[in-house]
Amino acid sequence: MIEREVTIRNKMGLHTRPAASIVKLAAKFKSDFYIEKDGVEINGKSIIGVMTLAAEQGAKMLLRFTGVDEEEATKAMADLFDRGFDEEM
Amino acid sequence: MTEPKKPEFILKGIPASPGIAKGPVYLFRKHEPTVEERSLEDGDIQNEITRLEQSIARSKKELRKIYDFAEKKLGNNQAKILEAQLLILDDAIIFGTVFDRVRKEKKNAEFIVHDEIGKYHRLMIAAKDEYTRERANDLEDVRNRILRNLQEQRLVSKFEGSNIVVAQNLSAADTLILSRNEVLAFATEIGGSTSHSVLLARAMKIPTVVGLPHVAGKSHDGDTMILDGYSGIVIINPSEGTIRKYERKQKKYKEFEERLSALRDLPAETLDGHRIQLAANIELVEELEFVKMQGADGVGLYRSEILLLGKEVFPSEQEQVHQYKILAEALYPKQVIIRTFDIGGDKLMMQAVTEKNPFLGWRGIRVMLDKEDLFLDQLRAILRASTRKNVAVMFPMISSIKEVRSAKKFLEEAKRQLKSKDILFDENIKIGVMVEVPSAAVIAEDLAQEVDFLSIGTNDLIQYLLAVDRGNEIVSSLYQEFHPAVVRFLRRIIERGKRGDVWVGMCGEMAGDPLATLLLLGLGLDEFSVVPTMLPEIKKIIRSVHFTEAKHVADKVLEMQTEDEIKTYLQRIMKEKFPDIPTG
Repeated sequence: MIEREVTIRNKMGLHTRPAASIVKLAAKFKSDFYIEKDGVEINGKSIIGVMTLAAEQGAKMLLRFTGVDEEEATKAMADLFDRGFDEEM
Repeated sequence: MTEPKKPEFILKGIPASPGIAKGPVYLFRKHEPTVEERSLEDGDIQNEITRLEQSIARSKKELRKIYDFAEKKLGNNQAKILEAQLLILDDAIIFGTVFDRVRKEKKNAEFIVHDEIGKYHRLMIAAKDEYTRERANDLEDVRNRILRNLQEQRLVSKFEGSNIVVAQNLSAADTLILSRNEVLAFATEIGGSTSHSVLLARAMKIPTVVGLPHVAGKSHDGDTMILDGYSGIVIINPSEGTIRKYERKQKKYKEFEERLSALRDLPAETLDGHRIQLAANIELVEELEFVKMQGADGVGLYRSEILLLGKEVFPSEQEQVHQYKILAEALYPKQVIIRTFDIGGDKLMMQAVTEKNPFLGWRGIRVMLDKEDLFLDQLRAILRASTRKNVAVMFPMISSIKEVRSAKKFLEEAKRQLKSKDILFDENIKIGVMVEVPSAAVIAEDLAQEVDFLSIGTNDLIQYLLAVDRGNEIVSSLYQEFHPAVVRFLRRIIERGKRGDVWVGMCGEMAGDPLATLLLLGLGLDEFSVVPTMLPEIKKIIRSVHFTEAKHVADKVLEMQTEDEIKTYLQRIMKEKFPDIPTG
């Protein structure tokens, strides 16, 4: 299991488009993927779950991957967050 | 034996799209499906799973169809409103859980779907930011759609013959889908006169009245209804006498409209040669054809924030250029005034902004001056659309000289940026400000030194001036266009502005109120920018009077001390001179 803290960098925060990007990326990996924010844990492969995070720019959260490809998955997902989901930062 | 006569019911609402219609009622109902909890036998579980799979598939198909239809009729921007729902239906985790629970708990699909999705809905509806709460609505819509499909209830939107559609509320999508039938008119309980569905109804020339309390509760399928989209009156089960009265009215309006359409190409000029600009307020590109048909002198207000509706990302400079160019081309050589984004900070969905008093808070030009990149994006886009020199830019909610100078600096910066890339634009693009904050009215002569024109936004100006929130039912009757303070304030703005050598127009609702036309004309207003449906009537009034008469009316009104005096006086004049034009 790998845990990694990330920050929301883009101006618009976690609206539908980034939420969809996260879920699509997570689906590529076999590992289970959970996101924890403010003590609440949601399944990162569920768009409804990610939507409930309601995170704005600057918010921090914990990514948790468990599985055979957990290293790759963590790196790829952290990278997506760091790029601000390829949106205006 | 004859049936007992059903009683005649008269309701008054807000007229939203003109015309008179008479026909049978079609009640458009959208209710929440009821959910029962049932236990399943082992043998039934597979059936249940299949049933659920089919409902989900059908729901996806339905949403796709509406999305495609919306894209064709309204364009890609508005269709995107439905995208979140499509994504939700594809959520493998949630639905995986739902299927698992059906198998494990041996309960029916409706119950599990309702329960599981309900958990997330509760989380989202309690969120602090408006954006997430709106996604909660999407979630609920998707859930209801799946439940409807499970119960094999089709959301009926097709009917035979021509009907008046009555509903509690109609979204833009509903209006679109229903319009595939022969709709004589729309009548709803909820809705304002500038909602999306109303704009669609106007574009489709379907008479509409909104804000009709309990109309859906009081009517039944098949009841006869008369709807008067001019006055906002709706009559259920009209008597023979009433029917004849409205048939006469309908005939008169038809003749009136024909005479008005003859005015289309004539200028808005008084009998003694005083010419004013008569322009249109618009939001949607779909309105442009109608505006041209109505013979406007241009667009006095383009509400650019319409580009933000239902979108999650700010439109790029490129997308904005595209929209603004369509506008400029369509009206060329007539002038188009583009107002920069006029929104509350919370609508930008950028921060969870909760203001105690948003009306006096972070909105209008204040937001754009803080969001430099976005402001420059928009200004560059407006400049790029100005190459044919018929575009002007207008800043909303200006309250000080400092503000207008800051805004102008941004415009200069945008110009420099374009120049450095050799991109063409109108170097002498005209600049104006909305006069809606009272402080702007008080310094009107100073503002006039900074800009090329002033446009009075009466909707907000009157609220700020009289300290009345129009949306507050308790005090909304205190919102008075004809309050003596308002009239004198308007005179001040117009005089001071013209002293500063700029033209002074009005884009607030008051400009489109026939009762106010003579007064505004007499006060010296140079431009009236109105909702497109009112163009012919306002033009008719202006063409039928002398400017000297109008000045006389204004002079008399300026001396009156109460709203009642002023309204009574104006109504008397209008009744005498223009009995055909309804003035409250």
